[in-house]
Amino acid sequence: MDPKPLTGQRALITGAGQGIGREIAFKLSSLGASIAVNDLVETAGKETVNLIEAKGGSAVFSGFSVTDFAQVQEEVKKLEKELGGLEILVNNAGITRDQILPRMKFEDWMEVIAVNLTGSFNCARAASRVMVKKHYGRIISLSSVVAYLGQVGQTNYAASKAGLIGLTRSLALELAPYRVTVNALAPGLIETAMTEKIPEGRRREIVKAIPLGRPGRPEEVAELAGFLCLPGSGYITGQVIHINGGLFLG
Amino acid sequence: MLVKDRVIGLILEHLEVDKEKVVPEANFIEDLGISSMDLWELVLIMEDEFNLEVPDEDLEKMRTIQNTIDYVEQRVGKEIPE
Repeated sequence: MDPKPLTGQRALITGAGQGIGREIAFKLSSLGASIAVNDLVETAGKETVNLIEAKGGSAVFSGFSVTDFAQVQEEVKKLEKELGGLEILVNNAGITRDQILPRMKFEDWMEVIAVNLTGSFNCARAASRVMVKKHYGRIISLSSVVAYLGQVGQTNYAASKAGLIGLTRSLALELAPYRVTVNALAPGLIETAMTEKIPEGRRREIVKAIPLGRPGRPEEVAELAGFLCLPGSGYITGQVIHINGGLFLG
Repeated sequence: MLVKDRVIGLILEHLEVDKEKVVPEANFIEDLGISSMDLWELVLIMEDEFNLEVPDEDLEKMRTIQNTIDYVEQRVGKEIPE
């Protein structure tokens, strides 16, 4: 098997300064793709770039805010020119603002929807314009098991992640004639800075409910993202792929 | 090269349509039977070809092949360099 099957391809990964996004950046780079690392935190994003370069990969940093429609369209166009194309988009940027709904501030609702859902729309819109012309592309969005199971204190997050599934399915139908596949990953509890915020007691309860008996690792999610980007995965589209240690079986 | 000829060339190259149906008065959706996504793809390709940017609201102006030729001519002139 070709050890670098994504050689010559360009991938934009949002929120790639840490956690799952960073691991996906590493994975796609190891498969040969050039990476555009997006993150609002410049130091974190640039660290991902440096780490990729240290391993012999190629990466650039792009610090746009996924919530700014006009900026995203402009920056993606710029990246396409700079890198010579864009075959892969990973909508990974995401935030949480947990609170039970009766006490949730309007801003906390709006901010989570803006980053997680509207941010993905903004990026997918810009990237699909490139991909349709080339009749090739892979769009992957990070949903969550919470879209299926719900979670106390996460109405905003769960709604945003469930929204991504509708976006994924509809966009998959729109872009299928152009050989652009669109899929979502729905990770369960993964060891990242985001899930570190879960209170210890609650975390133990969740782990107890996971049949595989442990949280997942960002590298394991990245492995799945890498698989979906392979040339041989071109018949998978409009799917939500669960990666949760058996916590939710669909 | 005439813009008119290039527009028709792009339609023939990129849209799966019967050559004999590609006449100036043909309506993309009603006569050529292409989808709104395909029409949009054609616009993206024309943007590259003619080095122009088509605002989304201008898509409405391109219902027929002639409308499209008129629109592009208005933006870039009747001829482009070979």
